[in-house]
Amino acid sequence: MSAVATYFKDIFQGLKTLLTGMKITGYYFSHARKEIITQQYPENRDTLKMFDRFRGRVVMPHDENNEHACTGCSSCELACPNGSIEIMWERIVDPETGKKKKIIDKHVYHHSMCTLCNLCIIACPTDAIKMEQTFEHATFDRKELTMILNKPGSKVRKDVEE
Amino acid sequence: MTEETLTKEGLKTQEYFVNMGPQHPSTHGVLRLMLELDGEIIKKVIPHIGYVHRSIEKMCEKDSYRQIVHITDRMDYLSNHMNNEAVCLLVENALEIEVSDRVKVIRTIMSELTRLSSHQLWWGVMGMDLGALTTFLYGFRDREMINDIFEETCGARLTMNYNTPGGLMFDIHPNFQRRVKEFVAHFKTKLPEYDALLSDNVIFRNRTEGIGVLSKEDAISFGVTGPTGRASGFSNDIRKHKPYSAYDRVEFKEILMETGDTFSRYKARILEMWESLSIIEQLIDNIPEGEIQSPAVKAVIKLPKGEFYQSVETARGELGVYVVSDGTKNPYRVKFRSPGFSNLFVLNHLAQGYKIADLVAMMSTIDLVIPDIDR
Ligand code: SF4
Ligand code: SF4
Repeated sequence: MSAVATYFKDIFQGLKTLLTGMKITGYYFSHARKEIITQQYPENRDTLKMFDRFRGRVVMPHDENNEHACTGCSSCELACPNGSIEIMWERIVDPETGKKKKIIDKHVYHHSMCTLCNLCIIACPTDAIKMEQTFEHATFDRKELTMILNKPGSKVRKDVEE
Repeated sequence: MTEETLTKEGLKTQEYFVNMGPQHPSTHGVLRLMLELDGEIIKKVIPHIGYVHRSIEKMCEKDSYRQIVHITDRMDYLSNHMNNEAVCLLVENALEIEVSDRVKVIRTIMSELTRLSSHQLWWGVMGMDLGALTTFLYGFRDREMINDIFEETCGARLTMNYNTPGGLMFDIHPNFQRRVKEFVAHFKTKLPEYDALLSDNVIFRNRTEGIGVLSKEDAISFGVTGPTGRASGFSNDIRKHKPYSAYDRVEFKEILMETGDTFSRYKARILEMWESLSIIEQLIDNIPEGEIQSPAVKAVIKLPKGEFYQSVETARGELGVYVVSDGTKNPYRVKFRSPGFSNLFVLNHLAQGYKIADLVAMMSTIDLVIPDIDR
């Protein structure tokens, strides 16, 4: 093909592909209502619901009597790859049997070191901890990311086996 | 720096170095390329790596086999599921445990979804590297559907940690099958759009065809695997050659191209997306029943003394996991053969004699993920 013919062919092909691209763009422009998937965050905060398996952070659910299911067995501490969980326990004398036993004092969770891998949740024999679906966790102070999961004055639920 | 020379017009000219990266948009991460240039012609590419080195292999030595799985998410974060699978398969093979068919099929579907999402992202950024922002938005739009599927079933969008030695962390979500089918139907209508937008575009063709040709012999000697190597005709698909999980019961083609230029590497990935869709379609309706966690795997996993190797096909090529065990609950040594590392070092060979803009196109089709190279 002569140079002139190639030159014009290139121009026409260029125009053709330009139009093909514009056609697709035009389709999305005219079908915006159907095709746009963008969400307006944070305006939709109230309606935004995360999936129930979403891993936001580790929490310990408490019931209405301020009781939880954590026995302080340290399985979660051992399972954690990053050392994000520290179990602090104390020995008390059981008032009923008079025997000494170990109970949980503080379940310390370092959110800043947690990779949200779910291994602690799986390791817990009593299902005392679970993942919460929140995600707005930014804070101004790093200290706020270290949490004590068991609430002050909380106890272990009676029916939980050691 | 080389000696100054005089051109025939009497002007002084000299070869010089330019640093591309570590903060360059087209390196997709912190990779520094030192370019030895003569004008705009590339004489040599010297990659400097290690900016995101986290010593993952060393970290694995202090972790139990269950914990290692979750670190591998952080290597090639776009092939997270396959990385997890590699470690799990290694542990299962070492313990001689057979997982149920259900686990195998779910793992395969998940891996193919991961491959699709990785290729979608690659397609988006490839267009963007060459100056077409539209593709970036379209690629991410379709990837979002896969991310939603992952989020619903695995609980995370990127660092999923869904495989465990001996099975899966949870069973699939009740919505999983419906959503995957919706996605496959949706994506089948969108993939031709990808072709219309980019593959058939004249500018794109001119910038990719015949650029950076990698011969089959070179692909083999550099150890270039994945779609990058297959575009040169090097048959290296682990899914075909050493089938794992459910790949032996599905039909799919290994995409092999001949020319080995930038465009055929591009085309290989587009065709792979069709294959992945077909694999998912074959499996999604017949997920067999079965347990999702094999009871034979104990809480504390101890591998027998010895050396173990397992390779899987990630979106970028062959990922090998090599473990030396001394019989305790931690591995003695772990080595990952990451595909990105081998693929990166072919760049010097490819780019010589081309312009910097061509280097960007080549780098895009090699599909580098920097954390995978550095580990
Ligand atoms: S989710 Fe993982 S990293 Fe976080 S506390 Fe639990 S085990 Fe540790
Ligand atoms: S949260 Fe569960 S695993 Fe952790 S100490 Fe309490 S009972 Fe044990």
